[in-house]
Amino acid sequence: MARTADVVIIGGGIHGCSTALHLALRGLKPILVEKDYAGRHASGVNAGGVRQLARDQAEIPLSISSMDLWEHVQELVGDDCGFTSHGTVLVAENDEELASFEARVDDLRLRGFTHEELIDQAELRRLVPAVSEHCPGGVVSRRDGAADPFRSTQAFRKRAIEKGAEVLEGVTVTGLSKVGDVWRVETSDGAIEAPKVVNAAGAWADRIAAMLGEPVPLTVVAPMLMVTSRLPSFIQPVVILRGRKLSFKQVDNGTVVIGGGHLAAPYRDRNETVIDWEKLAISARTVWELFPLMRQATIVRAWAGIEAYMPDGIPVVGKSSTSEGVFHQFGFSTHGFQLGPGTGAMMAELVATGATNVPIDGLGIERFRR
Amino acid sequence: MNASDLAPSYDLVVIGGGPAGLAAASTAARAGLATVLFDENPGVGGQIYRGITANPVKNHAILGNDYWVGSTLATEVKGSGALIVNGATVWSLDRSLTVGVSMGGKARLLQAKRIIIATGSLERPFPIPGWTLPGVMTAGGAQTVLKAQGLVPSGRTVMAGNGPLLWLLAAQILRAGGKIEAIFDTSSKRNWLRAAMHLPDFLLSPYFGKGLALLREVKAKVQIVSARQIEAVGTDKLREVVVDGRRIGADLLLLHQGVVPNVNLAIAAGVAHRWNTRQLCFVPVLDADFQSSVPGIAVAGDGAGIAGGTAAAERGRIAAIAAVRTLKPGANVPDPQNARQRLQHEEMGRAFLDELYRPVESLRRPEGDTIACRCEEVTAQQIRETARMGCEGPNQMKAFLRCGMGPCQGRLCGLTVTELIAEERGTTPDEVGYYRLRPPVKPISLGELASLPISEAERKAVER
Repeated sequence: MARTADVVIIGGGIHGCSTALHLALRGLKPILVEKDYAGRHASGVNAGGVRQLARDQAEIPLSISSMDLWEHVQELVGDDCGFTSHGTVLVAENDEELASFEARVDDLRLRGFTHEELIDQAELRRLVPAVSEHCPGGVVSRRDGAADPFRSTQAFRKRAIEKGAEVLEGVTVTGLSKVGDVWRVETSDGAIEAPKVVNAAGAWADRIAAMLGEPVPLTVVAPMLMVTSRLPSFIQPVVILRGRKLSFKQVDNGTVVIGGGHLAAPYRDRNETVIDWEKLAISARTVWELFPLMRQATIVRAWAGIEAYMPDGIPVVGKSSTSEGVFHQFGFSTHGFQLGPGTGAMMAELVATGATNVPIDGLGIERFRR
Repeated sequence: MNASDLAPSYDLVVIGGGPAGLAAASTAARAGLATVLFDENPGVGGQIYRGITANPVKNHAILGNDYWVGSTLATEVKGSGALIVNGATVWSLDRSLTVGVSMGGKARLLQAKRIIIATGSLERPFPIPGWTLPGVMTAGGAQTVLKAQGLVPSGRTVMAGNGPLLWLLAAQILRAGGKIEAIFDTSSKRNWLRAAMHLPDFLLSPYFGKGLALLREVKAKVQIVSARQIEAVGTDKLREVVVDGRRIGADLLLLHQGVVPNVNLAIAAGVAHRWNTRQLCFVPVLDADFQSSVPGIAVAGDGAGIAGGTAAAERGRIAAIAAVRTLKPGANVPDPQNARQRLQHEEMGRAFLDELYRPVESLRRPEGDTIACRCEEVTAQQIRETARMGCEGPNQMKAFLRCGMGPCQGRLCGLTVTELIAEERGTTPDEVGYYRLRPPVKPISLGELASLPISEAERKAVER
């Protein structure tokens, strides 16, 4: 006989775990099915940036609601998740770039968003003294920060279980069908029946959508990161660039994580990625120019997590366009970690009540229907 | 030779200049493959034949005949046409057979049609209380110094552990005029029972005669004491060694409990490995030609499972012959059957040695405050507790405790962490698995990485 639940969540990344927790907090019984273990892929191995800065307008409300949860994450999950808040700084490398940043900040203000703040060279150097002198200014989002990705995902998973969710790891979903009003989720460990299903399967979410006759143009990507050996503390905020691909962050233990979106070759059926050193060398040269004191640093590890990228670079969040009772929460396009807490809370509300107060216009899967 | 002098691609890239790598490179190059061998040391020879081409030890008796065999291999490879590059660190290898190598502070990527990994073995971790104190080192480390610089330990030297290398080093130290206060043999008496069934093979193997002579030579000059618990004590450096409650003043403690394959490069390249219950370590899954699960990558030498230097050279030859037969089917190569027979003869006595020198559990799976991961200073107790809390594998453990995330990339703690998790969770090391290893397999500087030649695609991107 099939197991039963109120909601089946497919995928144990930070999104699936957060949705499981928030559903359990609403008194529902979710079963989360994860083919590997929670946080095995992008959620566990991303750069850990908790950033509202430089986001697409369609996801800013989710990002702001997430930020509120990150700032109280200890109360939410019983673990501080390594969250620190020293801001994110978008560095302009020339005056032209700075002018375009200013236009964006002005535009956001007109729309009522005030988290992005233009800064001049003096403030930039106060916030990031180590940055090269050729940079004329930038934008800061002062509430932003960083957290430990695997620890955070695990903390959401643990708290979800404590609140009544069931988490099945090493279990793969093999089929989805509707029996009356109930979804029957076939897995490698037997069937589960539930009226609602959430597809939070990340880089594998297109396969779940395909089972519903709802194909999506998802690209599997693996953004690369590398980390240095420990260095004396020299930078607090996370630094990102626009023109060249770079994100740069010093962790409390002194190691520096360098990322920015150069891609490895992903092999999602083997859970494997192959690093592209020529592209990481580009990142190394960018760091070389931007932070002269990094030149002698040692690279000890490079890696990449497998995740989903959508053609428009923003996630798929909301109700299925074909299948009543199914919800999508994937395609976060290399910037989904920060969105995990808030999107999970929103999704739980949407699943439980059929509606949500957080605007998610423009994120629905129907945008890919021809 | 500079990094910029390397060709963009080679038929065969051999990684490691020990017996397996030397034999593989010369076999392949003689058959006409464009072959390059990278080795990170100043001269070829690997660990076993370290410094073979420029050894300061003039008296050949000190290091023994088995060592000087290495000069034949070194001479052979010289005339073979293989390009031998010393001082070259291979820091990346992947399943597309792209090799990242660094020399003289400059990095290069090059493409291979075939790879032979011959990165040999390293010493099994010996995690006892105090093993991180200055004055405590591995027997292999002491042997490296003896081979490369001709230096013999001074002060009060104590050795502990077991395995053929421990006895070999003891003999070498004594022959070089050094003194050893005592050797504490940590073999379990029960090992004899398990080993006995393999005795007939051992008696026929080349190990038998050599091993017995070595033991006799050492026992004539040094007190050998059976021991179960070893502890190194001192504040800023080693002061004494406590053995089963007995205290011995010492300036140097040399530890050794066997060698295990150096799996880092192969695992990073995606080669499948399995736990070997007799050798108590992970070994790559290989076919009869030493080809791995990744097409184009072979693993030869002790990296394919511990069998010693002579066996390593035969394995290197077999792997190279297979590479030649695929890339140049018409080329003239030796019949691999001969190498296989010699290999079989060499491997005969191995089971006996593995059982006889099987390291005891208590010295593989430490308890309490004993450090397991030296780089990040993680204790055995922390690992045991985290495993009990539900952490199922070493990769999750990395995220909780950072063990294995330091510069050594788990070389000094990988087996310990796997075994501790397996014990706490009541499962097998095979189930628990090993660290997923990330390149660079050896650390490189940001400057080295930035020195990678700019590709055509990138130049275009910048110009646009």
